[in-house]
Amino acid sequence: MATRRRRTAFALLAGLLAIPFAFTSADAQTPKKGGILKFVVPDEPPSFDGHKETTFALIHPIAPFYSTLIRVEPENPNSGKFACDVCTAVPEPTDGGKTYTFKIRTDVKFHDGSVLTAKDVLATFERIVDPPQGISSARRAHFSMVDSVTAPDDQTVVFKLKYPSGAFMPALATPYNFIYQKAKLDQDQRWYEKNVLGSGPFIFDGREAGAVIRGKRNPNYHFQGKPYLDGFEAIFAKTQTLRVQAIRGDQAAAEFRGFPPKSRDDLVNALGKDVTVQESDWNCVLILTPNQRRQPFDDVRVRRAITLAIDRWGGSRDLSKIAIVKAVGGIGFPGHPLSASKEELEKIAGYWPDLKKSQEEAKRLLKEAGHPNLKFTLQNRGVDQPYTIVGTWLIDQWKQVGITVDQKVDGTGPFYAALDNGAFDVALEFNCQSMVNPLVDVSKFLGDSGDNYGGFKDPEANKLFDSMNRTGDVAEQRSIMRAYERRVLDEQASASITLWWYRIIPHRTYMKGWTVTPSHYLNQDLSQVWLDK
Amino acid sequence: MAILSESAPQTARRSTVLSSIWQFCRQNPLGAAGAVVVFVMGFMAIFADFVTWNDPTRNNFGVMLEPPSADYWLGTDQYGRDLYSRIVYGARTALMVGFVSAFVGATIGLILGVASAYFGGRFDLIFQRVMDVLMAFPLVILALAVVSIFGTGVENVILAITIPFIPRCARVVRSSALAVRETPYIDAARACGFSHTRIVLRHMVPNVMAPYLIMMTAAVGQAILIEASLSFLGLGVQEPVPAWGLMLRGGAQEYAESAPWVAIFPGIAISLAVFGFNLFGDALRDWLDPKLKS
Repeated sequence: MATRRRRTAFALLAGLLAIPFAFTSADAQTPKKGGILKFVVPDEPPSFDGHKETTFALIHPIAPFYSTLIRVEPENPNSGKFACDVCTAVPEPTDGGKTYTFKIRTDVKFHDGSVLTAKDVLATFERIVDPPQGISSARRAHFSMVDSVTAPDDQTVVFKLKYPSGAFMPALATPYNFIYQKAKLDQDQRWYEKNVLGSGPFIFDGREAGAVIRGKRNPNYHFQGKPYLDGFEAIFAKTQTLRVQAIRGDQAAAEFRGFPPKSRDDLVNALGKDVTVQESDWNCVLILTPNQRRQPFDDVRVRRAITLAIDRWGGSRDLSKIAIVKAVGGIGFPGHPLSASKEELEKIAGYWPDLKKSQEEAKRLLKEAGHPNLKFTLQNRGVDQPYTIVGTWLIDQWKQVGITVDQKVDGTGPFYAALDNGAFDVALEFNCQSMVNPLVDVSKFLGDSGDNYGGFKDPEANKLFDSMNRTGDVAEQRSIMRAYERRVLDEQASASITLWWYRIIPHRTYMKGWTVTPSHYLNQDLSQVWLDK
Repeated sequence: MAILSESAPQTARRSTVLSSIWQFCRQNPLGAAGAVVVFVMGFMAIFADFVTWNDPTRNNFGVMLEPPSADYWLGTDQYGRDLYSRIVYGARTALMVGFVSAFVGATIGLILGVASAYFGGRFDLIFQRVMDVLMAFPLVILALAVVSIFGTGVENVILAITIPFIPRCARVVRSSALAVRETPYIDAARACGFSHTRIVLRHMVPNVMAPYLIMMTAAVGQAILIEASLSFLGLGVQEPVPAWGLMLRGGAQEYAESAPWVAIFPGIAISLAVFGFNLFGDALRDWLDPKLKS
């Protein structure tokens, strides 16, 4: 009896002692308000226009100023589900999957105090889907299924599609689709290139060119109680060492693009529990694009030799130790149901498990094409991770089959100028997407895509892509995807996939509410982020 | 029996050269040390294929970031490349960029400087003001500007380093050429009706060779340093070409703590080369300057 009483007393005491810890623990999960989040960004945005740009350098400092029509679920960004931003509810399609009707919230205000209406949403999507002459829309091809966009009243926007498409909603949720004010667009379609006026969780609070972009809390944000932060500072730091040191010295809490394994290890060793690491496969891939307007890259044998020389399986093992790349994959995000399995990949040129056989075939093709000692220049981007590191590795791979390659490294501006003008032999470029949706993501490999830098035409690939997007049957989609992949990577070798990226985000533990996603574009409006300090 | 067949004047000439070298070494021990560094560097650059046994560009991830050992004297970098081989081949890059840019820059500067002194008057005035403008920019800044216009790569780096050297050499050479212009043999050449080109190239240029050689030697060291700086900034030579500045860029920053040899050895190579060329250049200046000689 006494023993039982002692046990009961002990349990009560233990329970009483545990109460403060339980509260502390629960309190740690309750978002705290206030504070300025400082984070580092590796590059400055080329302009402020999200419809035009394709770089994270725009998303990280600028996305917090804007709302979008829909977005990935901010609380659970990896769920693949969508949530409304300025709409009231994510609609179910009608008319056999061809009509989407969105109701717009009435409480959304631009930062100048004016109310956001369906007219603004309409003006925004007209600019993205069918931009006026002279205006560039980077994601126009994603909306090829859209027949019309209308706004019958101030609270309704209707999208009519040419055919039902599973690619429509992911395209709509792209975080670059900032809602712009119609009045500003009517005034000047280029106004948003140099100015910021959104309805997002933060208000633009100034920019020091080359140094920082600041945002302050939007008190009229349409999601009650958010954002938690008083503001943010996006600090530009081009060198990786500087960015790592900024986190190490607590001058910044995070960098949202990604660090290589070595930097992660350094930070973990230096900061211990003060740093938290989140990792994910990355919906980004480095692509080799031969310029088919130039000889000998118009010869499919040369292009196949270039891809056959690359040991992707070994590269994944080795480069993942020093660079932000890891997975071997085809044209679709590795692991996605529509993407190729290892067995399927091993049938594609350049993925064969027998490296010797692959290299011999590359040599044979070069000899047959009359270029046994092929020489060319690899056009690369002046960003170490992962461009120049992978570029340097590729040059060594090619050397093993007798191909001599120089590397020409340019800053982002001249790099894209060379790609746009076709002034290159072979370029190392990328395909980075936000939502993981291979049906949309693989449009990059079409001859008529907006960023077909290789200058090729392939009607057969277009046909496959089109039929893949028109069918609703997943098994059929997968089967057509394999044929499309084989066409692009093997039969035509119009592009070569190198390695898929791997995202490693070490951030200060006091930064809460942020979850890593397979895309460095997604979920970056910072409305969920709070500081536990 | 070649020695026996050698003529007396040849033997005498050789002994004069050897004694001059000996005299130079005795009078300028630091300069001699610099000359040794330059010689060793030149030797390694020329015979890099024979004094290394690993391909400087071959990746070998199995031995990445190995510390110095019997197999890899100076260790390996993050790609598993042999640092010793890369430093030896890097000497080739450094000397090629250094010598070509110093030679071309100093030679163009020599011709322009002599021509400016010879013609004098308004031409000299305008030309010197143009030189002033170019010299107003620090060497590295002007080189950066040139690279940003023409792009990266070995050829463009050479161009970027050559252009800033031209006014510096032209200015020094001009001051010597002004004195030469006043000598009677130049008047005599004019009186004979020789062309301007002939007077400048055959009668003036040979008489300003001392400052030219000194400028050129000093410029090699500077050129090596600028090449390393540009490569370190990612604006010079590009991977996988072995170049000291590029080696510092590639490994020094990220692996400075865990694999310090990746940063230390290219750094030593750059310091030693620049130090050697500067010592040698200074000694050469003293040796060739008649006032200091006396």
